[in-house]
Amino acid sequence: MGRTLYDKLWDSHVVHVEDDGTALLYIDRHLVHEVTSPQAYEGLKLAGRKPWRADSIVATADHNTPTTGWERGLAGIEDPIARLQVETLTSNISEHGAKAYFPFLDRRQGIVHVIGPEQGATLPGMTVVCGDSHTSTHGAFGCLAHGIGTSEVEHVLATQCLVQRKMKNLRITVEGALGRGVSAKDVALAVIGRIGTAGGTGCAVEFAGSAVRSLTMEGRMTLCNMAIEAGARAGMVGVDDTTIQYLKGRPFSPAGSEWDQAVATWRMFQSDADAKFDAEVRLDAREIAPQVTWGTSPEMVVSVATAVPDPDREKDPVRREGMERALAYMGLKPKTPIQEIRIDKVFIGSCTNSRIEDLRAAAAVVKGRRIASSVKLAMVVPGSGLVKAQAEKEGLDKVFRDSGFEWREPGCSMCLAMNADRLEPGERCASTSNRNFEGRQGAGGRTHLVSPAMAAAAAIAGHFVDVRDVR
Amino acid sequence: MEKFTVLNGLVAPLDRANVDTDAIIPKQFLKSIKRTGYGENCFDAWRYLDVGEPGMDNAKRPLNPDFALNQPRYRGAEILLARKNFGCGSSREHAPWALRQYGFKCVIAPSYGDIFYNNSFKNGLLPVVLTESQVDQLFYDCALPGFRLVVDLDRQTVATPEGATSYRFEVDPSRRHSLLNGLDEIGLTLRHADRIREFEARRKAQLPWLFR
Ligand code: SF4
Repeated sequence: MGRTLYDKLWDSHVVHVEDDGTALLYIDRHLVHEVTSPQAYEGLKLAGRKPWRADSIVATADHNTPTTGWERGLAGIEDPIARLQVETLTSNISEHGAKAYFPFLDRRQGIVHVIGPEQGATLPGMTVVCGDSHTSTHGAFGCLAHGIGTSEVEHVLATQCLVQRKMKNLRITVEGALGRGVSAKDVALAVIGRIGTAGGTGCAVEFAGSAVRSLTMEGRMTLCNMAIEAGARAGMVGVDDTTIQYLKGRPFSPAGSEWDQAVATWRMFQSDADAKFDAEVRLDAREIAPQVTWGTSPEMVVSVATAVPDPDREKDPVRREGMERALAYMGLKPKTPIQEIRIDKVFIGSCTNSRIEDLRAAAAVVKGRRIASSVKLAMVVPGSGLVKAQAEKEGLDKVFRDSGFEWREPGCSMCLAMNADRLEPGERCASTSNRNFEGRQGAGGRTHLVSPAMAAAAAIAGHFVDVRDVR
Repeated sequence: MEKFTVLNGLVAPLDRANVDTDAIIPKQFLKSIKRTGYGENCFDAWRYLDVGEPGMDNAKRPLNPDFALNQPRYRGAEILLARKNFGCGSSREHAPWALRQYGFKCVIAPSYGDIFYNNSFKNGLLPVVLTESQVDQLFYDCALPGFRLVVDLDRQTVATPEGATSYRFEVDPSRRHSLLNGLDEIGLTLRHADRIREFEARRKAQLPWLFR
């Protein structure tokens, strides 16, 4: 019988299986960042252990780093607790080693899920883990990639393995051509709107269908990135020419005769035609409109052409109460047309939407226009130093600046607001990030998740607009 | 790893679905490089009326009287009763640390975020899965002041102390074994060090570019 992509990835990494079916899975790539690693390194040291394979580690500082004031060096991290965390990563890496470390201020530094693929450190057929739930992003390359907790970070450091149980296979197929102005982000949000934030729990999700195939690697990363918001630890897309083209010539990609050998093995990392999935979901790409979240969970999402839903029409009492609580937090009334919702801030960035293609899409919308006077702050935070450099080469920084956007240094920034970039209580933000949880972008802040083009259009109008209407 | 065998504990209800790990422990407390000190900031944004920052004297902060866990009747609760998809979102292990350091040893919910579920076992926090209707019933029973439950991991049951209600729950045998005995998982894995080395050597011969 045929195997799924996930089956193949699983089978090729099993080191040992226990009687009860739990397996030891070998880990090829371990991505490390400053927030979820210090306690793991400390645990390692306390137990008198050493990393099993330091050359599997690629590390960077991204969550806590500031997006301004880099000229001040480390002192630019004003919060002493955050600075200590960034310094602790540096000392842990220098003590224990790594294949590569892109520290704060390095020109290749950036969000861990942007720099891994960008460096060619994420390759098809790999298992990729990181103490970060959005590790699912890397599945876009035909990898088994998922987030782990700090105890597991320590476990991988010490043993190069994880204790795992096999997940279920879920295939989400999106067929047809996406409409103009509809992006991978909208597909991701539409999927979550359909299956819910727990819809993928316990599953490894494969995204398939002509709409997914037609996405660039950037788009596929956006889609896999959001798999975790549908409850699935891992999202993935099978390897094809798009994958291989993207990887060619990257710093850590194989080269020379090894390249051909690698490509030949990579091709097998797609599901067999007769593979069986435990569950299937199908979406018609033509029916997907630009999406806007209205609540405090990514499943609280609607098309930009509609309105905030009415809890009175929800029959399930737990859900209804959840909706009412979300509306109260978001300061929204039921049935308000989405396009009448005014915003205070705009954030274009995060591991979901901070790659060059995202910045191009946003720049195309704002070019030659000014942000609305009611918008207090609109910022673009590139996903990495290299994305930033590329954008500057293309003159996108100028487009954004001329429109009134701030052009920042790379990092996670206002995606989770661990650094100085955050919403004030009650402020409403059009954000290209992935989580609209209460307080995610700052205590009391209100987040609406959208695509880069939609965020850009909202910045210009001062409220949400349907980017399909913007010429 | 910390052990879990039988717990007879006071139950506190948190009646909302999709409680994410950002809510369990907000990001500003993740800057610490320690494993401890998170309990006081567990559910920080819901628990206090002001905005919490690291280093504050939490004893002096105004408590939110509307937040269930702040009611005196739930003081000392060791079992948290929750709704579906508890612990969704971020992979931060600070979430089970915070719950554990708050005093919870067990969470009961219909479903969990996968990573949170995993992380909990590694910290002596048992995440019990019951059906939606069983959880509904427990929320109802929990209205009774002083409502307690006995969670027995060995027998895989959640029961009222006098045994009138008893539900069975499922848990992986290996997780159960590790938690019952407080085993060090890394030590367990390292028993297979030779196999890992063999696997690695084979992989390196076949796919050398993965080891460059
Ligand atoms: S950008 Fe946001 S979601 Fe992505 S890794 Fe950083 S904090 Fe996490």
